[in-house]
Amino acid sequence: MDEKLVRELEIDAAKVRIGIIEGVYNAKCGHPGGALSIADVLTYMYKHRLNVDPNMPDDPKRDRVVLSKGHSAPALYAVLALRGFFPFDELKTLRQSGSRLEGHPDRKKVPGVDASTGSLGQGISQACGMALAGKMSCESYKVYTILGDGEIEEGMVWEAAMFASHYKLDNLVAIIDNNGLQIDGKISEVMSPYPIEEKFEAFGWNVITINGHDFSQMEKAFDAAERVFEKPTVIILKTTKGKGIDYMENALEWHGKAPGDEDYQRAIKQLREHLAELEGSVK
Amino acid sequence: MAEQVKRATREGYGDGLCELAEIRPDMVVLDADLSAATKTSVFKKAYPERHFNCGISEQNMMGVASGIASTGRLVFASSFAMFAAGRAFEIIRNSIAYPQLNVKIGATHGGISVGEDGATHQCCEDVAIMRALPNMTVIVPADYVEAKAAVMAMANFEGPTYLRFGRLAVPIFNGDDYKFEVGKGITMKDGKDITIIASGLMVAEAVEAAQALHEQGIDARVINIHTIKPIDRDIIVKAAKETGKIVTVEEHNIIGGLGSAVGDVVLEECPVPVIKIGVNDVYGHSGPAKVLLKEFGLCAENIVNVVKAAVKN
Repeated sequence: MDEKLVRELEIDAAKVRIGIIEGVYNAKCGHPGGALSIADVLTYMYKHRLNVDPNMPDDPKRDRVVLSKGHSAPALYAVLALRGFFPFDELKTLRQSGSRLEGHPDRKKVPGVDASTGSLGQGISQACGMALAGKMSCESYKVYTILGDGEIEEGMVWEAAMFASHYKLDNLVAIIDNNGLQIDGKISEVMSPYPIEEKFEAFGWNVITINGHDFSQMEKAFDAAERVFEKPTVIILKTTKGKGIDYMENALEWHGKAPGDEDYQRAIKQLREHLAELEGSVK
Repeated sequence: MAEQVKRATREGYGDGLCELAEIRPDMVVLDADLSAATKTSVFKKAYPERHFNCGISEQNMMGVASGIASTGRLVFASSFAMFAAGRAFEIIRNSIAYPQLNVKIGATHGGISVGEDGATHQCCEDVAIMRALPNMTVIVPADYVEAKAAVMAMANFEGPTYLRFGRLAVPIFNGDDYKFEVGKGITMKDGKDITIIASGLMVAEAVEAAQALHEQGIDARVINIHTIKPIDRDIIVKAAKETGKIVTVEEHNIIGGLGSAVGDVVLEECPVPVIKIGVNDVYGHSGPAKVLLKEFGLCAENIVNVVKAAVKN
């Protein structure tokens, strides 16, 4: 991946992070930690990878994204806004009564949202259905589903994992946000899903593990997923929860808490400075 | 009298799917390792490329159904009522009913007439659970013909729908000219003294009871409510006004099912006594279906007794 593209992606990711913080700050609640950890992959997907068109959000041929970890909605909303599905300023209405931007994504309300999710474990099954339907209709679209590493403690995820390999859904890519934390603590201490790679391998998946904040590695992983025949692919992203805001990084408390005035100012300042730095380096 | 032809409503499900497939080439049927029992095996034989076995994983099956429906296809997800409405409830709620996707849940083996398998497989709570979900339509066909017609009606009926079928072979009383209309109750027999409102397998019992009551000088109206949600309010209110008393009969817990649904309408629009016949908030147990139905009072004989007592009071 050339440096110019990497820089553009970094700039967009910084904007996405600003959108996330604006959302949860104005809502006075929400889940910033896990949204920040997938900000990079979502930016990569919506800017560079997916066949989606804000002017035709229901195009039957579009690629699909199912945010199985629906509580990271602020990140999805931010990339959709940046991609032009709705105004960026609307992000400030997150979680408010009357807003389209529900606490967890609603496919009926938000253009570009392909699935209603939020109750953990269900999105991957929905993605399996979309992938199967694509195969039946001989459509070439891809289906991506993003799961939390804590989320895969749900038994239903493994029902879906079995289904995807049984029906050879090579048009399905599951992405796991392996930031190591869930609400009650470290995933290894609450209920360890490790080893994640071996589990998916045993379920018949093609497994790729990368640094979840490295765009070049993402490019290679997504390319590799497209070359795999008759097997679903899982891309395990090694990520940092709260990525991009120093005091939120790897800090459990920011799983499901909004910053107050002071913390908001700190976060926005960091993100804006980072963005200015990136933009300056392009010029 | 000639021997009545008997078939299970689940057979109407399987045969209905096959006929519907001819007019809906987009249609997909899912099952969870029970296709021989749910009768989707009949569909699988005719359309193998449109039938997918999900294995013993009802939760994933409902999620898959949601995903397929989101692409515009008509989907039937099939299992026993226990595992569809029970095991997969929350997936039905959040992945099907809330996003209002066109998934039809074909739930067979509803109620106590499952028989010998016993309490773990006798689902008497499903109507209550499904009825509580916004966007969900709940249909309980009474005989093979109605079951098949209900499935066929799904060709032009959008939205999440729960269809409950039975295991037991029961008399076919509807003719070939039968027309199914979602949400429309059917007066099986007119009457002025009292109204018996029944659903599913209890409709035939109610009709039989009304005949016996007639011989004893009681003129009972019989209504078949095949669509429990949205319920036919007009036919219920009319019956309440004209006959003054209602007895409901269902193969389901008396909490939350047909009796409760009828009660809600009557309470709001025309309060009259409503006496509920059903499974009295207990679990079932093993035994031949016929024996169990009798034991739990889900038979013409008990309906006659309850109605007589109700008319007398």
